[in-house]
Amino acid sequence: MIDETDRRIVNTLQDGFPLASRPFAIKARELGIDENDLISRVARLRASGVVTRFGPFLNAENFGGGFCLCAMSVPQDKWATAVDLVNAQPEVAHNYRREHRLNMWFVLAVEDRDEIAGVARRIETATGLAVLLFPKEREYFLDMRVSA
Amino acid sequence: MSGRERSLDALDRAILEATQAGLPIVPEPYKAIAEHVGASEVEVLARLQAMLDRGVVRRIGFAPNHYKLGLTCNGMTVWDVDDDKVDALGEIVGVLDFVTHCYRRPRHLPDWPYNLFAMAHGRTRAEVLDKRARILELLGAACRSSDILFSTEILKKTGMRLARRAREEASCSD
Repeated sequence: MIDETDRRIVNTLQDGFPLASRPFAIKARELGIDENDLISRVARLRASGVVTRFGPFLNAENFGGGFCLCAMSVPQDKWATAVDLVNAQPEVAHNYRREHRLNMWFVLAVEDRDEIAGVARRIETATGLAVLLFPKEREYFLDMRVSA
Repeated sequence: MSGRERSLDALDRAILEATQAGLPIVPEPYKAIAEHVGASEVEVLARLQAMLDRGVVRRIGFAPNHYKLGLTCNGMTVWDVDDDKVDALGEIVGVLDFVTHCYRRPRHLPDWPYNLFAMAHGRTRAEVLDKRARILELLGAACRSSDILFSTEILKKTGMRLARRAREEASCSD
């Protein structure tokens, strides 16, 4: 379980982490707790999986790379194998099960946007299932933050 | 020559590789990275700031697990919207406070007629369905059909990983 202080930490650190010699000390002061307390809480939030990532978030599009949302329709008897095969690809940044005939939705993140089609073909060959590509044609607004 | 070679040099890459599994959770995390990559702390800080300024790094911070925060319901709402109205309506849907991302994407006819995707989070399905209803009101007659795909499990969430040079070369020779 996470307490009120943990929630404040999650909300504050979604917005940004300082580039400074003692960044935890700066954030701890803002939160009104001490540096060691913040460090041990961040370590615990990370270890328990409340925070899945802590660090720089790359925008691949600004160095020649790209992202692509993909979907597959995976029959139940092939589900476990398909999860293993798809997740084993380093280009798969995240993968969600969804309630739909298209039941597996994942995002490919590549350093060279020309690689997307090839990675999708590799997954089709490995799984024997079709991969539908849903590249972003336009982004309207992006605010990944949620309120904890 | 690809874009990444123009904008990421060896030290940039080394810093990103050293941090992509996460920043060290120690009082002086950038000093720890500096020691790992063989640069000074000042240089690591300057490089990260420059990558933020160039947009190579979107931000530095947390990605929370929505499920563990009690936001157990995540619905990807999808909409078939008139092509000549989708951009204007997408801008309106995208700024709704409960929509975390909103994109126009290609249709896959005949099975997939939807061209507008908006992600909505909530504590219950009823809450997310209520959000879907609010989006529908905004779209009005420009929307021909829609669906919602609730997520039931996170199968992977690692974020983008930079490829190691060796692996890249191996995959090129496949």
